[in-house]
Amino acid sequence: MSRLSHLQALEAESIHIIREVASEFQRPVMLYSIGKDSSVMVRLAQKAFFPGPIPFPLLHVDTTYKFKEMIEFRDKFAADLGVKLIVHSNTSALQAGANPFRLGTERCCGLLKTQSLLDALRAGGFDAAFGGARRDEEKSRAKERIFSFRDSLGQWDPKNQRPELWNLFNGRVEPGESIRVFPLSNWTEMDVWQYIHVENIPIVPLYFAKERQVLVRGNSLVMPEQDFVKPQLGDRLETVMCRMRSLGCSPCTGAVRSTADTLPKIIAELVTVRNSERENRVIDHDREGSMELKKREGYF
Amino acid sequence: MAAALVQTPTHPSFNIEEFLAAEESKGLLRLTTAGSVDDGKSTLIGRLLHDAKGAYEDQLKSAIRGGEIDFSLLTDGLRAEREQGITIDVAYRYFATPKRKFILADTPGHEQYTRNMATGASTAELAIILLDAHRGLTTQSRRHAFIATLLGIPNFVIAVNKMDLVGYDQEVFNRIREEYQAFLQRIGAPHSYFLPLSALKGDNVVDRGSHMPWFDGPCLLEYLETVDPADRMISAPFRMAVQRVVRPDQNFRGYAGQIGSGTIRPGDQVQALPSGRTSKVRRVVTFDGDLEMAHAPMSVTLTLGDEIDISRGDMIVSGRQPQSARMIDATMVWFDAHPLDPAHDYLVKHTSQTIPARVDGVRHLINVATLETEAATSLAMNEIGVVRIAASKSLFFDPYKDNRVTGSFILIDRKTNHTAGAGMILGSAEGSLEDAADRLVRLVRASVPPGSQLNLPGDDAQAVDVIRALLKGVLK
Repeated sequence: MSRLSHLQALEAESIHIIREVASEFQRPVMLYSIGKDSSVMVRLAQKAFFPGPIPFPLLHVDTTYKFKEMIEFRDKFAADLGVKLIVHSNTSALQAGANPFRLGTERCCGLLKTQSLLDALRAGGFDAAFGGARRDEEKSRAKERIFSFRDSLGQWDPKNQRPELWNLFNGRVEPGESIRVFPLSNWTEMDVWQYIHVENIPIVPLYFAKERQVLVRGNSLVMPEQDFVKPQLGDRLETVMCRMRSLGCSPCTGAVRSTADTLPKIIAELVTVRNSERENRVIDHDREGSMELKKREGYF
Repeated sequence: MAAALVQTPTHPSFNIEEFLAAEESKGLLRLTTAGSVDDGKSTLIGRLLHDAKGAYEDQLKSAIRGGEIDFSLLTDGLRAEREQGITIDVAYRYFATPKRKFILADTPGHEQYTRNMATGASTAELAIILLDAHRGLTTQSRRHAFIATLLGIPNFVIAVNKMDLVGYDQEVFNRIREEYQAFLQRIGAPHSYFLPLSALKGDNVVDRGSHMPWFDGPCLLEYLETVDPADRMISAPFRMAVQRVVRPDQNFRGYAGQIGSGTIRPGDQVQALPSGRTSKVRRVVTFDGDLEMAHAPMSVTLTLGDEIDISRGDMIVSGRQPQSARMIDATMVWFDAHPLDPAHDYLVKHTSQTIPARVDGVRHLINVATLETEAATSLAMNEIGVVRIAASKSLFFDPYKDNRVTGSFILIDRKTNHTAGAGMILGSAEGSLEDAADRLVRLVRASVPPGSQLNLPGDDAQAVDVIRALLKGVLK
């Protein structure tokens, strides 16, 4: 009788978490960001309720600045799965012209992601929201609980978190309050890729290297998908063999140079990679501790 | 030199298929660290993450102070922590070597954060307890070992750090080991591996270094890679709390849960609690196909041969029966700022059920500095004591020392929804015939209206005798 492999152990833990939420909350929802972590989380939800269907909807908070390939993938993914998908955008902010260049990334994220998410959760009356965040992604995430309490304004108080022991989760909330649930808390980027490989989980093609037209800006490779992304002084438009390590909004997520065009090659690349995956995400670096500040306000 | 053995994709002999096969079969070890503020814990973890290639370069860049890497900045994730230079909350860290993956719960060592230590310890299979060789044993180091023992961590590494400050002196190490070993035995700690090291200089962390030729045991990382976590949960009796009934259509009715302990196969005889009805397992269902055998801690869905009424909160068991009682004794760690209050309403969350409960008195408090028991009527934040819990219906459990899954619970404050405390079940508080008879007498007396005739001796002891005789007849 052998112990479980690390992937089997992580899978069993995540399924337990997802089932607890589905059983204890009135209206759970699963945040679906279209990224690789979301794809894994949805697969785990399928496993948790098999042979039954996933008993809650997916929610995509659409800034409208996501890569086009992401949106195509999202719609096909949800249709193939037969799961209910809610798409929510902060239309009033968008109509007022919100974009990262006019507002700066901090304010843009605040409106199109955080505010939009809080609005969507309130509109749906959701008392629990799953997110695919992992503790290895960023320092403040390493401190977050699996069941993470949010007050009626959606705020996180890192200094006053509920202790979380064994696999006994406290999901008690009053009306208006909610719990963010992170079933992938204990997964690493490597675990996620290995699981995608073992399980043959479909992911957005942007993760695979191919030749793409990008603006070369210092060390960043920016894909000029939105028309407000204009070449700046010193930018060069080039065709570069590259891929995305993590997916976000196209103006704020850079590609990395890579020839990894298969899952084994991506995993091989990870073994030697020298920079963590969020390095190319502008929003983490706005200022010291910026992710913690965003999370306090309600960001995932 | 374990971390340096990673085959890289640029190496001519690198084979991705072999690499993936090896990676996928790797095991997982969950560990926790405990140390006082100045024991150099953050430095040790930073060193472990860095040397095991767990820390990436851009995170490293942001941890450079005055031209040198400050390892503690790698782990202290909250602004207040970096500002004050202390660790406030439990942080989870992940690293891997070619042999194993590790989940490390890094817990703060201050007195006021006992709750975080208990949190990190609750899922750990191994504890690294740090001591400062220069300062020797402190109240804190005794407290850390006590809490780790209480939470049932089955393996300890006692890391005697800062050996560089005592000239790598073997005598200092031996003296600390002797003194601490005696203490560990007294509290019933598990097997403990003593290791002299210097996190700052890197001796005996990932590499042996050259300063302590007198020590010939494995260095820290090598030990973590090879220690046998001795998983007793697979060989224990089968327990699975039902999280959810899966019923997609009229033809399928399955009970979904994570196996807490033991193994299960189709055809096995099982019992459902609390109903007590028995049946045979028909299928062990998963998304990836039915299984011939499943074991802890897998998440599965069972179908049974008979239609019996089972819902969330029930438990499916086989083998030795779990104990059953409404009234239990448990060791509790108190978390909430509002002290434990016998007049207050709580909820107990035990396995997959959450039910009303009250605290029926504090038997004693344990002074974690002296380990003496003291009389108490309440527990304040970060205090530990033995309490009696009265749940609104029977709990089915095994003592915590035998089963960390069915032996653990949390208390939730019904007013604030805070997780007020965590409990480790010692046993039933309604075990003996005497106790039962005694309670029955009180029950009978309480239920008789004043002035009515009760045909029971006035003296309690005699009444107990009468009731005991009656009970014996009833139970026979």
